[in-house]
Amino acid sequence: MSVLIPHSILEASEILAQHPAATILNGGTDLMVEVNFNHRRPDSIVLLRNIAELRDWSTDAASGTITIGAGLPYAAIEKGEIARLVPALAQAARTVGSPQIRAAGTMGGNLGTCSPAGDTLPVLSALEAIVHLQSIEGARSVPFADFMVGPKRNSRQPNEVITAVTLPITEQRQGYSKVGVRNAMVISVASACFAIVNDTPRFAMGSVGPTILRAREAEAYLASAASNLNDITEEIAHEFGRIAASESRPIDDHRSTATYRKHAIGVLATRLALKGI
Amino acid sequence: MSAVKTKRDVLGTSSLRPDGNAKVKGDFAFTSDLHAENMLWGATLRSPHPHARIISIDTSAAIKIAGVECIITSDDVPGQLTYGLISSDQPVFAKDVVRYMGEPIAAVAADHPETCRRALAAITVEYELLPVLFNAEDAIGDAFQAIHPDGNVIRRQQIIHGDTSVEGDVIVEGHYVIGMQDQAFLGTESAMALPDPDGQGVEVFVATQWLHEDQKQMAACLNLPPEKIRLVLGGVGGAFGAREDISLQVHTALLALRTSRPVKMQYGREESFFGHVHRHPATVWMRHHATAEGKIVKIEARFVFDGGAYASTSSAVLINGVTHTQGPYKCPAAVVDGYSVRTNNPPCGAMRGFGVVQACFAHEGQMDKLAAAIGTDPVTIRLLNAMETGDTLITGQPVESVAPVARLIRETNEIPLPPALSLDANELDLPGGSGITAERKHIKRGIGWGVSIKNIMYSEGFDDYSTAKCTLSDGKVVLKFATSEVGQGFVTLAPQIARSVLGVTDAICDTIDTQIGSAGSTSASRQTWMSGGAVDGACRLVRERLFEHIGAQNNIDPIRFAIEDDEIVDTAGTFRISVIEASQGITISETFEHHHRATEDLDENGQGNCHVAFAFVAHRAVVDVDPELGLVKVVQIATAQDVGQVLNPLSVLGQIEGGIAQGLGLAVMEEIIVQEGRVRNPSFTDYLLPTALDAPVVVARMIEEYEPQAPLGAKGVGEPPCISVTPAIVAAIRDAIGKDIDRCPVRPQDICL
Repeated sequence: MSVLIPHSILEASEILAQHPAATILNGGTDLMVEVNFNHRRPDSIVLLRNIAELRDWSTDAASGTITIGAGLPYAAIEKGEIARLVPALAQAARTVGSPQIRAAGTMGGNLGTCSPAGDTLPVLSALEAIVHLQSIEGARSVPFADFMVGPKRNSRQPNEVITAVTLPITEQRQGYSKVGVRNAMVISVASACFAIVNDTPRFAMGSVGPTILRAREAEAYLASAASNLNDITEEIAHEFGRIAASESRPIDDHRSTATYRKHAIGVLATRLALKGI
Repeated sequence: MSAVKTKRDVLGTSSLRPDGNAKVKGDFAFTSDLHAENMLWGATLRSPHPHARIISIDTSAAIKIAGVECIITSDDVPGQLTYGLISSDQPVFAKDVVRYMGEPIAAVAADHPETCRRALAAITVEYELLPVLFNAEDAIGDAFQAIHPDGNVIRRQQIIHGDTSVEGDVIVEGHYVIGMQDQAFLGTESAMALPDPDGQGVEVFVATQWLHEDQKQMAACLNLPPEKIRLVLGGVGGAFGAREDISLQVHTALLALRTSRPVKMQYGREESFFGHVHRHPATVWMRHHATAEGKIVKIEARFVFDGGAYASTSSAVLINGVTHTQGPYKCPAAVVDGYSVRTNNPPCGAMRGFGVVQACFAHEGQMDKLAAAIGTDPVTIRLLNAMETGDTLITGQPVESVAPVARLIRETNEIPLPPALSLDANELDLPGGSGITAERKHIKRGIGWGVSIKNIMYSEGFDDYSTAKCTLSDGKVVLKFATSEVGQGFVTLAPQIARSVLGVTDAICDTIDTQIGSAGSTSASRQTWMSGGAVDGACRLVRERLFEHIGAQNNIDPIRFAIEDDEIVDTAGTFRISVIEASQGITISETFEHHHRATEDLDENGQGNCHVAFAFVAHRAVVDVDPELGLVKVVQIATAQDVGQVLNPLSVLGQIEGGIAQGLGLAVMEEIIVQEGRVRNPSFTDYLLPTALDAPVVVARMIEEYEPQAPLGAKGVGEPPCISVTPAIVAAIRDAIGKDIDRCPVRPQDICL
């Protein structure tokens, strides 16, 4: 097995052009579990840890957005300025693993593996994040909804590096919750992000379908039922939760049951819709 | 006489672990850290099926891989083809049939772990799948054909006691389910074997709970005299019962003998889940009969323990379960029926609490039902029925141990409750933790109780003695024993004993190996009592010899001597001499075997003095629950534990806190999920252990009532902390949500759906 260690995005894209079958390692909190279980035996690995520019982040006042490098560890997202600007993302980052894991894990890794249980993915879905990719052929940007195409499948081309994610900065309510059977360091049984963007409610659900699901019907219901999204009644919130649950498509597995997941996602929807009012 | 004496770490002080610093800094050598020159690595091929006939095993391709030195199967086992702690029913390698998922079929030795992995992948095994016996009830009766020559029922034991015709004014009944818990020690199985140059013996460094038992079973399988198998304790990273059975010992030694090279084996985490026995999942039915005021008059019960594919200690676990049916309460009559059965599920055996955990979960559920039925509270019902020294158990055995049950309940009850959850509570401290799933208004608090009785030492006529040697020379003591140090702290305690008995400061432990008599197993909360007794005995013999020596030198009757701090003093005169000075230039060495009093087998009605002694504990749990999501945060555990005498307060507290964390795991998250014989979650990703955010505040009181039977007045403290905390937490969840829950671990859906 070879390990290739580029020091710039350009170098990484050149390496990937030559080794399109290489496995990208950007934190390793998911990949290395697979390797440990012998589920994957990569022949060659491209390690992104030494690319400083992947850890940059910046805001753009004109567009009202924040762009976060794909190599910035969760530890840098869960608190500080980023947490103030995108609180739901910080909350999601805080749910990832232990402090050691958050010091290593990155959004780029989360996007690369694209697990339906990826902790930050519901936030990217709800905020309609733009995923930036780079190859020797050039850069391209893909809306999250077009990026995650199935369970553990995304539209990244083998020669592309995920470089950054752009999210809107909003002054409106947003929140994230994750249900697990332990109070920390646990794979999600159901996770959800609620956000109001441009006075429109958005709700994205993790671990309850093959991809991150947007509860479009529930969103539409809430937009029409609540004249003021900062003044939602309990009844409306419960109906919102009921509809969101009906839009989830969970399965039974050794971590939980479909029935519980559906129930839990409804509860999270209701609570998040009311939280902070 | 020196003016200032340095404080010595005698009994009663919180002497620190000799290996504590090294462990914290990562310098401690666990068995998996060992290395020998020219060493090969060993690995095990395991069955992917829970029940199948082996048609053929083809190793021809694997042996051709460069770097592969040796592949062994059942055909290569030179001695007995099976092993086992109580009955020898488990194959070293499966020969004709595999009976559980993960059963070893072959082992390979190669130059690198990766070469081993490739070799295992290249071995072809042809199987014919057989029907899987996965429901323990199906193992009883004729519903399923025998999956092993020894049959599907490993043991049945009934208890018939007292006037069984009596009926209670109040009757409460419950069915309880206990899930399969894993010991989840952090240091996985590991051993390194070094063959003798003549190929007629082997030295094995191994992480185990009982060196001499391993030696005995290995000798039979390897067809060597026991003395040709020299076992040395490698650094052990926890045990909790999972290192009582043979795992990789025979495989490693056999590979080393076959290759004439050192061989190391080490399981990864996933393999570890298949490489050791687990806590028995069990179903327990109990029906309590009580007077109108709540006094128990009879208990009926039925236990089914799922032992999995091989017997291990299932028969002893069963006995512990049925004989602890009544819990720490008076009970004049009982009708109990218990089975431990064989299935194609993972083998189960020893784990902290050993059968009593399952009984306690049921009897404590019953006590709460009884309290509710007569309209009283959990504390009152338990005090009303609390066992006392001198009471007779349902086995007919009198409780001779100190039994301060009522005091434990009262003292636990006196511990202040935690403050109410504040309106601005930190989100991380609510159920759901870092997932921030709830706000303060969603949370309900509950309080629950659990009290338990646990036998300590081995039972049913077994003489599990311990041996120790004390050597005093020039004021220094060296202690030799085969007592496995698995983290419990005997290497801390033994020098404390020597310092107290002999007045020395400098006391160290020699290598722990089989070059001395057996110490018995580090289990059953027994080593402080048993090996502590042996060390104490050996030190006392040395002290007698030292007194004789000094007496002869100074013309004083040695009977007049006593140790006072670090000096020998004449209690009837003025003579005194420091122990260091007294022992200059001489060497005194004595060996002592400590045996506990004899116990008896149970008769067909479950009557007999089968246990040595008992320890008790009370737990009160305060739990916050999110009823809608079914998530739980254990806020506080208050506990008063019957410890006899505290020999090392820090060490006891460590056992209490650790046991509570393990019992909490069984209460709310730890479960090996097995579906039709297949383990679904063999990893720490999916087998969840409590984290710091799950661990409660523990407020502990150590109740000291000197145990006259015990050599040092001290009872074992290892198991009790994890036993009744589980039902206490589950009771607190019931209290919070007002709903009956009859299983552990409690899953979110059990609470909210």
